[in-house]
Amino acid sequence: MDTSLVDWSRAQFALTAMYHWLFVPLTLGLGVIQAIMETIYYKTGNAFWKQTAQFWMKLFGINFAIGVATGIILEFEFGTNWSNYSWFVGDIFGAPLAIEGILAFFMEATFIAIMFFGWEKVSKRFHLLSTWLTIAGATLSALWILIANAWMQFPAGMHFNPDTVRNEMVDFWAVALSPVAINKFCHTVLSGWIEGSVFVIGVSSWFLLKKREKSFALASIKVGAVFGLVASILVLWTGDGSAYQVAQKQPMKLAAMEGLYEGTNGAGLTAIGVLNPDKTKYNDSAEPFIFNIEIPKMLSLLAERDADAYVPGIVNLIEGGYPTRDGTPALSAAEKMERGKTAIQALATYRQAVKEKDEVAAQQARNQLDEHFAYFGYGYIQNPEELIPPVGLTFYSFHLMVLLGGYFILLFIVAWIWSVRGWFDKSAWLQRISLWSIPLAYIAGQAGWIVAEVGRQPWVIQDILPASASISNLSTSAVQTTFFLFLFLFTVLLVAEIGIMVKAIKKGPKIIHYKS
Amino acid sequence: MGWRIISFYLEGFREMKLGKTLWLIILLKLFILFFVLKLFFFPDYLAQFGEEAEKEEYVSNELINRASMP
Repeated sequence: MDTSLVDWSRAQFALTAMYHWLFVPLTLGLGVIQAIMETIYYKTGNAFWKQTAQFWMKLFGINFAIGVATGIILEFEFGTNWSNYSWFVGDIFGAPLAIEGILAFFMEATFIAIMFFGWEKVSKRFHLLSTWLTIAGATLSALWILIANAWMQFPAGMHFNPDTVRNEMVDFWAVALSPVAINKFCHTVLSGWIEGSVFVIGVSSWFLLKKREKSFALASIKVGAVFGLVASILVLWTGDGSAYQVAQKQPMKLAAMEGLYEGTNGAGLTAIGVLNPDKTKYNDSAEPFIFNIEIPKMLSLLAERDADAYVPGIVNLIEGGYPTRDGTPALSAAEKMERGKTAIQALATYRQAVKEKDEVAAQQARNQLDEHFAYFGYGYIQNPEELIPPVGLTFYSFHLMVLLGGYFILLFIVAWIWSVRGWFDKSAWLQRISLWSIPLAYIAGQAGWIVAEVGRQPWVIQDILPASASISNLSTSAVQTTFFLFLFLFTVLLVAEIGIMVKAIKKGPKIIHYKS
Repeated sequence: MGWRIISFYLEGFREMKLGKTLWLIILLKLFILFFVLKLFFFPDYLAQFGEEAEKEEYVSNELINRASMP
């Protein structure tokens, strides 16, 4: 398969997914914040909170309108560019995406109308319920998409049918409640809550810098800071859970995240580091880092819940032989590739035997396929080095995400203390920092997805199907054309969003008539 | 009841200010997505094979043959 076609198909999907992810987290985070503010209005009857909630709801609406349906493009790409993959997983993806489309989307679409149109037309209680149900619908949408994504990282609850060449779901709950899915959902939604909080604090700080809407801005900052701090503490917990799942199910991704080439007992966690650009091969003699600071034994503790446990590095994962958790020696990449080729050959033999109505041969081939199916994707790997994801991008994205996560905790604590003590409106430095933290929240979210998706390369479905076997047999130029078409369309839409959003922010909330 | 729901939506749309611009963007975007991109740039690749059995055969051949490609 033409590697440039694989790379352009990846690039196109990455562009679309990253663009989609510019909107989703703000919808998730801002949605909950506006619902909290409306809840305060419902409880206190203070019109100030109604106007405050309405302002953030307006920004929520702008973000929702520009972002809505951008995810559909991903489904177009599945059918056109990733047809082998789409066929191969059809039955697994079908259920979550159908539930997402029918239940979550319609729930969201129904109640969002009441949320925007119903302020003076339905009771306060029903309006509040509609606001919460809108954000619940948006979050449920995310749930089903993330379940589908988690299955690709940890395929569970399915059986491969060589007659249909499809994976068929045998256990819905194993798919929906896999530990990877639960951690991914919680971690991703919480990251959206953090982004929403940073957005609220940043925009409110802009009003303070402009010496406008002081009471509105300070009240919003208090809500944003507390909500963001709670989300950040929870994200620490889900981040730990996610890293543990990666260590168990995708050890190569973990090794790339940490720039760990040689495994060891009591492995340290790289707090900060600069990778050595001279290291071009996994098994050359160059040191992996020019500079790094490690927290001793922390990686073993996070990955295995044991400070002295063994964590394999890239070299070990390629060469195998290290002791696995059950005590058996790990397979090398070459052995896995051999098993993968056996599985693919068994598929060919099975289908030929079925055509020739040779039941005995078909059964033998099927047994062989079932036995080696866990390594099916390795049959497409020509060189073990293909199994190593881009270490630099994965490593730096991971560490940037963690660094920014720590920074946001500090920001929320400072914003909370400063707002409670009445210092925030007098601290222009903090207002400027808060405003300029908005793009950092977006960067952190994107970095997280880069870790998740780049770190699992070459796999589209972990161990089962690499990108090279997943893509359609299209011309590279066709994919390039749509890539640049999207780039243009997305740029126009993004400029439109930023323009409308900035205009709405400058106009400000309708608080001026109320005295807090 | 039905009329109340319809008038709720009609009034809501009529009273929109910024919302009108946003709806215009949404409709334009949906038109581009479904009537330009989907129709002309993103056909269902496997739709060229009519029957399910043909699709199965095609994908199985792809999966088997790509394993031996350099």
